[in-house]
Amino acid sequence: MLSYIARRLAIAIPTLILVSIFVFVLQKLLPGDPALVLAGEERDPQMLEFIREKYRLNDPIIYQYVYWMKAMLQGDLGVSLRTNQPVLELIGDKLPVTIQLATMAMIIAFVIGIPTGILSAVKKGTAIDYIANIVALSGLSIPNFWLGIMLILLVSVNLGWLPASGYESPFVDLGRSLKTMIMPAFVLGTALAATLMRHTRSAMLGVLKADYVRTARAKGLNETIVIIKHAFRNALLPIVTLSALLFGELLAGAVLTEQIFTIPGFGKLIVDAVFTRDYAVVQGVVMCTAAGFILMNLIADVLYFLLNPRMRASL
Amino acid sequence: MTTSIDLNAPETDGVRLESRAWKKLKSNKSALVGCIIVTFFALLAILAPLLPIADPIATSWSAVRKAPSAAHWLGTDEIGRDILSRMIWGAQASLMAGVVSVFIAVLVGVPFGLISGYFGGWVDQAISRVADALLATPFLILAIALAAFLGPSLSNAMIAIGLSAMPIFVRLTRGQVLSVKTEDYVEGARAIGLTDFAIISRYILPNVFAPVLVQATLTVATAIIAEASLSFLGLGQQAPSPSWGSMLNVAKNFMTQAPWMAWWPGAAIFLVVLGFNLLGDGLRDALDPREG
Repeated sequence: MLSYIARRLAIAIPTLILVSIFVFVLQKLLPGDPALVLAGEERDPQMLEFIREKYRLNDPIIYQYVYWMKAMLQGDLGVSLRTNQPVLELIGDKLPVTIQLATMAMIIAFVIGIPTGILSAVKKGTAIDYIANIVALSGLSIPNFWLGIMLILLVSVNLGWLPASGYESPFVDLGRSLKTMIMPAFVLGTALAATLMRHTRSAMLGVLKADYVRTARAKGLNETIVIIKHAFRNALLPIVTLSALLFGELLAGAVLTEQIFTIPGFGKLIVDAVFTRDYAVVQGVVMCTAAGFILMNLIADVLYFLLNPRMRASL
Repeated sequence: MTTSIDLNAPETDGVRLESRAWKKLKSNKSALVGCIIVTFFALLAILAPLLPIADPIATSWSAVRKAPSAAHWLGTDEIGRDILSRMIWGAQASLMAGVVSVFIAVLVGVPFGLISGYFGGWVDQAISRVADALLATPFLILAIALAAFLGPSLSNAMIAIGLSAMPIFVRLTRGQVLSVKTEDYVEGARAIGLTDFAIISRYILPNVFAPVLVQATLTVATAIIAEASLSFLGLGQQAPSPSWGSMLNVAKNFMTQAPWMAWWPGAAIFLVVLGFNLLGDGLRDALDPREG
């Protein structure tokens, strides 16, 4: 087990280093003098020289990378040009908001996606299966920012049931927090629900054909027990792994969802940073997302290992 | 060294697979619906300059934010431009972005995948790690970051989306190469002394074609949403040229006064993406040799 995790980690580290090289090179894509860009409105030559010194822009590029990486390993992702706050602090402020949104979206996705997937597999070839598939494909095809706009139009503007935007921390006012987050979480959750449904369906279809399910039925067990206890438990493995991998999609989707519902999260941070040319923040966000994604991948691998008795047996 | 005696066997197999796949595709109703939707929008995009529609960037202060009517079937926007016309020209931007970015992804990704899978060793290690690193950054976040640093424009958005989608094709191609590399006909080709290039292009590439085609069709759907997302954020098509994403970006500011501005572009994105998804699913079912 430990050696397995160690092997996965050994692959994760070079991947992270490569990501850091990409992120570093991004900054070199900027046209013109980076010092001028980093200085923003400032045009004072002394200031520019200070920036060149500070970011070691006069040194060879390899050195620049090494200094940048060294600082990053010490938790220094740079400073936001706009607010002068350390990037790590900014990310730390915004991340919990997105995590709340993502968790709620994931719960919604599970509640919708898994039962529909099971139902669709059990009723394969019937009208229910057909409709569930069409709905899932539509869920995958609908741009979630449009779905958000349409829901605001219907639920907030026409019906006046829920607020169209805003954010409240759940620790301050749980009710209000849920009220402001439920619509964005639904928007974010639909595409995931569709993906989960399709995977649950195909995993269940594979399992339902298995011998042990036939045996369970032959024993005269109740069909619901067969489906839940014998079939679903075995179909769960790919679904759990998939859920960890969907994390990346969730973060990307959150960028647009937060933009529409004006939620001050991680996604809004990167978009605002792009528009204010706050490059250190953009780099920090990309780096953190990649690290998070690699971590989730690792968790998925370990979960797969732990949940799969055959792999556990090979210990 | 161009005669290949017995090595034609896999190719005839390929032909049989193709005609069977074609039959299966034609009998698949949802793939047909997808095909019709895609063709419809493609025709609109291509014929946009020839259609008798208003100038998509001509403003009219006497027709600001008018609801759909006989004069403007889909209404007008905040500066009196005809929405129908902007929708049709926007189809051009969306479809072009979808197709061009996937073309970039395939053009870069497939050769790397072929090299990686065929040669193995440290080349494979290097290419795979780079693909992993690119895959570790979520598609849209990578595209946003690239578009931000390259500067906002439709062509940069296409490059950004293409590069973000590329690793999927590297992985797919690599996997496919690994599964056919040890087949007898590849071993045979090597035994009679064909060059690596000849083996790859004649015996390996045809096996890669089907899964890449399926993935490419499905990726066009993702790429269209990605372009719309980037344009919605202001990082894609720039004003005044129309694109569905940028139309939605403006529309969200007039939701109460002119909701129709938001209806159409979103519905169009939804339909086109659904079309490509239906077509891609249909192709996958048709080309999957495992299903009888």
